[in-house]
Amino acid sequence: MLKANAPKCNIRGNVVVEENPYLPERARIVRKFDLTRDVRFFQVRICDPDKVMTWTTNYKPGQFMMVSLPNAGEAPFSITSTPSRPGLFEFCIRKVGRLTSKLFELKENDYIWLRGPFGNGFPVEMMYGKDLLFVAGGLGAAPLRSVLLYALDYRDRFGKIFYLYGARTPDDMLFREEFFRMKERDDFECYLTVDADPTGLWPFDIGVVTSLFKYVNVDADNTVAIVCGPPVMYKYVVDEFLKIGIPDDHIFMTLERKMKCGIGKCGQCVVEHKYTCVDGPVFTLWDVKNIRTLI
Amino acid sequence: MRVFKLKRENFIPFMKGLSKFGELWGPVRKGDRYVYANEPPEKFVLNAIRTIVPAKKFFLPQKSTILKFKNNEWREHYDVKKRVIFGLHPCDIHALNIYHKFYTRLYPDPYYLKNRENTLIVGLSCLPDENCFCHLTDTETVNEGFDLFLTDLGDKFLVWVGSPKGDESLKLVKDLIEDTTQKDIDEYVEWRKKRRSMFKVSLDLEGMPEILTFNYDSPIWEQMGTACLSCGTCTMVCPSCTCFDVDDEFDIRTDEMNRQRYWYSCVFREYSMVAGGHNFREARSERLKLWYTHKLVGFMSEYGSPACVGCGRCVVSCPVDINVITVAKALLKEKPDAFWARMASSNVEVQHA
Repeated sequence: MLKANAPKCNIRGNVVVEENPYLPERARIVRKFDLTRDVRFFQVRICDPDKVMTWTTNYKPGQFMMVSLPNAGEAPFSITSTPSRPGLFEFCIRKVGRLTSKLFELKENDYIWLRGPFGNGFPVEMMYGKDLLFVAGGLGAAPLRSVLLYALDYRDRFGKIFYLYGARTPDDMLFREEFFRMKERDDFECYLTVDADPTGLWPFDIGVVTSLFKYVNVDADNTVAIVCGPPVMYKYVVDEFLKIGIPDDHIFMTLERKMKCGIGKCGQCVVEHKYTCVDGPVFTLWDVKNIRTLI
Repeated sequence: MRVFKLKRENFIPFMKGLSKFGELWGPVRKGDRYVYANEPPEKFVLNAIRTIVPAKKFFLPQKSTILKFKNNEWREHYDVKKRVIFGLHPCDIHALNIYHKFYTRLYPDPYYLKNRENTLIVGLSCLPDENCFCHLTDTETVNEGFDLFLTDLGDKFLVWVGSPKGDESLKLVKDLIEDTTQKDIDEYVEWRKKRRSMFKVSLDLEGMPEILTFNYDSPIWEQMGTACLSCGTCTMVCPSCTCFDVDDEFDIRTDEMNRQRYWYSCVFREYSMVAGGHNFREARSERLKLWYTHKLVGFMSEYGSPACVGCGRCVVSCPVDINVITVAKALLKEKPDAFWARMASSNVEVQHA
């Protein structure tokens, strides 16, 4: 029987797959440099010239890609670049396991393989006209940089923008110089803090990231708050959002899980019945209240 | 639906005729249980209850190569055979329908679809044993998801045609089937009544979503976590379990890298562990709870029906008797069965992971 709204089928009623979602695309490392002691920045370009522009413009901030190397496995990484600056994909990768150790051995011009982009990403269109409040902790700056740069590239479409970023020490801060330069801009507010400063040279705030909320001045009902950081951080930051009066469904967070497919099949990222790879990784505070064990 | 009649003496020629479609697989005896095997139809056991491993193995094999890597290029790899699979009971076909919904949603899975396209599914009716509970999960009869379905009425079979592919395949055996009469229909109605009366398990499974939600923090999970071996048997034998893992394997003979996909289980400790060692479900009780809430609650809100089809495989397979029935009974606070009696008599300390 032919059904309305069915997936694309052939005449026998069998679903047709045009592109194998498991097949990785080859890319080349254009540039790499260390952001901190154990986090490295990779700029990569899809090798197939026909795909470069379509792939790097048709994604949303907050989406991730499955990055792989033959015999080292495959893992999800947030895209830290923005679709408003197409041509390249950027990733911040921390050396923690088998795959990332192999990635750290690569030189510029070496190949890596990508699938994606996957995940829901941030609903940037729904944020138009609203004040934005970003709170990042540690490596959480990687996915948030994508949406922050997007908002700054289309600055006129958004209200006030606040960016609060906390790291353990000045040496652990990702994109330190980039954010230093951003502090000089007068069209948005960027506040940086470190938990401790062994160098004694840190010119800005010292303390946990929530201590930066004293600078925040937004129209609560008309604000979208976005948080990403280590698991322990969420509760404290969310409490601050609620204190300001931001509604639950305006509070977004992007979460980490183990993933092997990225397309809602392998099950390893499942939380209750939600697959983080397709129903996330961006969730609202309402989702967190509704779906147990999400954070 | 179109229905025909097949005389019992014509069963073997019927199966041999269908085998022109592809390799013939059906339930054969292995020890005191059954498995799907590629054997001549004379060996098929028509009153086989559940097989050890469900028919999902034909659509998502225990281990398969999905991609091959050579000369800096990944290529798709398919290992598809034309097969006729005989002997799937209504519960098995319902489970395949769950598989179908799951593997064709969002990003349709090309490997599943190739296997499915090349398989002729020939269902077979069954009479329940003491561990069957498909009457509680609403999966005791089946209307779609098969190509042909045989109802065993003793001296004859009713042959239901469920798909264009099934209809096409009947051309291979058109001399063996005949039209049904009123007498056959009467016999079928009688047979259904008899089958209905044979179920032994009685339990309120319909209320499970609420019951499980209310009992999310129940100490029962902790107790079961103590007994659970994290062996993964429940997920391997469950016909609606879909999870898999992916790993690369170097093939020294062909100088190729194979990307393998193999069955995986949410009760394994590494299931929710991310790089760096953080585990989102460290305790065994949390992993068990995930399995049951996903099957009986989560799946319900996503697809409108639970992912349990009442086949009873977890009931006969779990070495420590943790299964849908014991869990549901415990949550419903019904009188304790063997598992809970044993739990009460042993003084095992509650331990994690």
